[in-house]
Amino acid sequence: MLENRRFVIIGFFTLIGIIYLFRLFYLQVLDESYSIESSSNSIKRVIEVPFRGQIYDRNGKLIVYNTPVYDLLVTPNKVKVDDTLRFCRVLGIERREFDSLINAAGSYSRNKPSLFLRQLSKEDFASIQDIMVDYSGFEFAKSSMRTYKAATLANTLGYVSEISKTQLEKQEEPYYRQSDYIGQTGIEKIYEHELRGKRGTKFIMQNVAGVYKGAWKNGELDTMAVAGENLYSGIDIDIQQYADSLMVNKVGSIVAIEPKTGQILSMVSAPTYDPNFLATRHFSRNYTTLYRNPYKPLFNRPVMASYRPGSTFKLIQALIGLQEGVITPNSGFTHANCPIGCHNHPGTPTVALGVTHSCNPYFYNVFRRIIYNNKISNTFKASAVGLDDWHDKISKFGIGQQLGIDLPSERKGNLPDKKYYDKIYGENRWKFSNIYSLSIGEGEILITPLKMANVAAIIANKGYYYTPHVIHGIGEKKVLKPEYAVRHETGVAAHNFDPVIEGMLGAVEGGTARRSRVEGISIAGKTGTSQNKRGMDHSIFIAFAPVEDPKIAIAVFVENAGAGGSAAAPIANLIIEKYLTRNVTNKALEKRIMEADFMKNVILPAPPKPVIKDTAKRRQGIPMVPVEKPMPKVINWFKRF
Amino acid sequence: MEEGKPITKNVDWMVVLIYIACLGIGWVNIYAAVYNPETHSSIFDLSNNAGKQLMWIGTTFILIICILVIDYKFYETFSFIIYAIVIFLLVVVLFAGSNINGSRSWIKFGAISLQPAQFANLAVSLAISKYLSDPAISLTRKLKDYYPILGIIILPSILILLSNETGSMLVFASFAIILYREGMPGFIPAIGIVSAALLIISLLYNSWYIAGAIIFIAGIVIWLMPVMTRRRGGLMATVLIAIVMISIVFGVDFFMNNVLQKHQRGRIMVLLDPDSDPRGIGWNVIQSKIAIGSGGFSGKGFLQGTQTKFDFVPEQSTDFIFCTVGEEHGFIGTAVVVTLFILLISRLVILAERQRSRFARVYGYCVAGIFFFHFLVNVGMTIGLMPVIGIPLPFFSYGGSSLWSFSVLLFIFLKIDAQRPFTLSRG
Repeated sequence: MLENRRFVIIGFFTLIGIIYLFRLFYLQVLDESYSIESSSNSIKRVIEVPFRGQIYDRNGKLIVYNTPVYDLLVTPNKVKVDDTLRFCRVLGIERREFDSLINAAGSYSRNKPSLFLRQLSKEDFASIQDIMVDYSGFEFAKSSMRTYKAATLANTLGYVSEISKTQLEKQEEPYYRQSDYIGQTGIEKIYEHELRGKRGTKFIMQNVAGVYKGAWKNGELDTMAVAGENLYSGIDIDIQQYADSLMVNKVGSIVAIEPKTGQILSMVSAPTYDPNFLATRHFSRNYTTLYRNPYKPLFNRPVMASYRPGSTFKLIQALIGLQEGVITPNSGFTHANCPIGCHNHPGTPTVALGVTHSCNPYFYNVFRRIIYNNKISNTFKASAVGLDDWHDKISKFGIGQQLGIDLPSERKGNLPDKKYYDKIYGENRWKFSNIYSLSIGEGEILITPLKMANVAAIIANKGYYYTPHVIHGIGEKKVLKPEYAVRHETGVAAHNFDPVIEGMLGAVEGGTARRSRVEGISIAGKTGTSQNKRGMDHSIFIAFAPVEDPKIAIAVFVENAGAGGSAAAPIANLIIEKYLTRNVTNKALEKRIMEADFMKNVILPAPPKPVIKDTAKRRQGIPMVPVEKPMPKVINWFKRF
Repeated sequence: MEEGKPITKNVDWMVVLIYIACLGIGWVNIYAAVYNPETHSSIFDLSNNAGKQLMWIGTTFILIICILVIDYKFYETFSFIIYAIVIFLLVVVLFAGSNINGSRSWIKFGAISLQPAQFANLAVSLAISKYLSDPAISLTRKLKDYYPILGIIILPSILILLSNETGSMLVFASFAIILYREGMPGFIPAIGIVSAALLIISLLYNSWYIAGAIIFIAGIVIWLMPVMTRRRGGLMATVLIAIVMISIVFGVDFFMNNVLQKHQRGRIMVLLDPDSDPRGIGWNVIQSKIAIGSGGFSGKGFLQGTQTKFDFVPEQSTDFIFCTVGEEHGFIGTAVVVTLFILLISRLVILAERQRSRFARVYGYCVAGIFFFHFLVNVGMTIGLMPVIGIPLPFFSYGGSSLWSFSVLLFIFLKIDAQRPFTLSRG
């Protein structure tokens, strides 16, 4: 029955139709590999990396901004480089480097683009862009490079670098991707969230030759990149640079604070480096160089280095003594019956003169009275109770605490309490005679330069402080973080500050710091000489000025520079004068300080290791080789069967 | 047309509607394929393919009216003459043809270029139908009755091959359908399909595995076979078939590795695995699959296709027009087109079966077969199921010659079908 063959025929037609429908359903609906995002062919998903927020100084000067650069990305599976040698020559890399870069990219993903070369300047990009068309698998991505206008403030600002593997794995919300930049230290780290902005996604169309053909669906699916928020710092960049110049060839710190607000005016960690040094694509090499430097330029001394405060601590002892009522402004002490020696100075019948001449026995007695200011007759027990009481009061000055500055790794320092000495001597086995070094800021107490600057601010404010902070405004609205608007009280009454300030004035006018006094500015200061096991004493000075209306409070620490009056005090006073008048009158002093080399006194923990030179010789930037234009290749896309 | 009976009453409206639907969808998609978002050219702009296609559609309607007006007996009577004219044109084109896209197969009449090869289908269909309309001819019994049919097919095949239009020649394979319908033993197409399948499988997989699989299947067949059949030579036949199949497999293997040159082997392999040459021949298939695949379920939207528009897909408005449908209208669009085609050819088969004359029936089957083959190969290649063979998708692809030839092919049959109530069976 031949007519019945029509059923076979129609059945066959229908079968083919059904097969095709299944195939189409698979291709179009089930198989994700052809979806818009993964086929990445005519429609490309472009990640828009927003500009990182910029940072300004207190006078509106730009300190940190971004320079547009180009990254070269590679998709290992698409790579087709016929002439590797020429390719390497164009990019200025070596064959070995080429292989390792491709392998590194391949270990991340073979189908997705990953970083090949970072941060090509605009000029480099322009000269190699045309040539790159010949090599498939490579593409450029716009990027930016962090640029620091002034070669200063390196440790405070911190640096950004490629996110590490651990950071990538540890992130709470999956935001960062391989080869993203992230703030690693300093302000860049603390304000990472504000600075980074919001990444955008754009779908763009391109034709077969890779030529941009406009936004897909008029950009309906695109999300805009939102630039990071700008930060406004209290740093005075001119003063900062001036302070830097004074700290050349010295190891130490300077912290200057505006007492009324707690804003950091200047923060020097010496020795320092140009922050741009860590912003280039030679980051790892440069970082290693800094890391191996025996003077530890990466160590942020103002918040991380702890010193014995020396005589500067006497100010706090006096304040506590006055507040406790164990002394009055007119209490006087002599050198008699004191185990601590003193230098030759006029008599100290008042607190002010005690401060001015920095009399050790005076504060031995003051501390003794503070410790024994209770009714316990057992000296061991009385010392224990007295010390804890003292500890609580000192804590209010932020000592032994984390102040909460907007910088990472702030150290607490050490403010010993009963527990601390119990551990050393055993409970009830120590008393005042074991701890009297504390009276003059020696012994077990350790304070960071930041905290000493804060103490100066407290005295300037007569009793309160705002947590020191670098950034006082986030974004266009200049939002102040709420924790920096809180006024911290020290519990010492304002009138008790007067004799101390009077003593500090005296110290600068005719006391320990008289050699660096500034004509026309009333500076209240206190020198300190911090004993330490390694070589010469550290030179310390804290001050604020002008006394009538304090605008700047400062702490200067210079390692192994001797007495406070010799190095730290002149530096502090030069900065104060420069900040208040924008001018320095004592040019001779300025010159002497700038030329002084205290670095040579610093005894390094171990002989510096010889810096091993990188064996792979890299070149700065990209040497440009003129490359002949390739012949345009005519491709016959369609071949008939 | 018979006394007072308007043609509109007897013509099969379902086919006409499908035809108009295909033309409309095709035209809109040609516009989308060539649409340039930067210039916003109009669908009526005669300088682009969409505008030109509209012109072709217009002329096609004139052609259809002519076909419907001409007496239906004309086609049967003049079958061989039409065949002779087309053969003549195919010869002429070999010597005087204009060179377009590397093949000398076009004849220019002023501004219009025609491709005689496109009309070879019509000529061969008419000739075969005319030949088979003789009731004395039987494809079931007499082998010699096949020879004239082979002649009718081979003559234009050679001419088309000479003018470098391999794709158009392959369409003649579709006549196997009508031969099967008219009595060709079923095992012949079965052997054809099985051989083709074996060929492809032996190219893709290791010969030893295939041989093992064949022996395994043969074993199961023998085991399931009734004892009687097995005794009556069933066993021998199965073993024989298995041996032949295994020889084919190893033969192909030998041929590929020892006879063909390396580059020839590459050209065959790329048909099976486009990824082996993604920038060459494989490019078309990969891009076409990406275009269709990226359409998803509901497509990117009209004029929103990007793969097709930005030249990733080659020949977007002609051979790969199906990609535009797939990309812009997604699975919904492609399903509609596939369904339209299956409906059309199935309807044609049904119409052919109700014919009273054998000429009409054979011709109907020829038309259905030709459309089916074009659909099978064209859509198949865009979705990676068929090798890339340059033949158009009827009514969709841009091109005057193909639109004219397919329309003429279809409407001659509709005309004959419309006269069916007034014809007497002669076969």
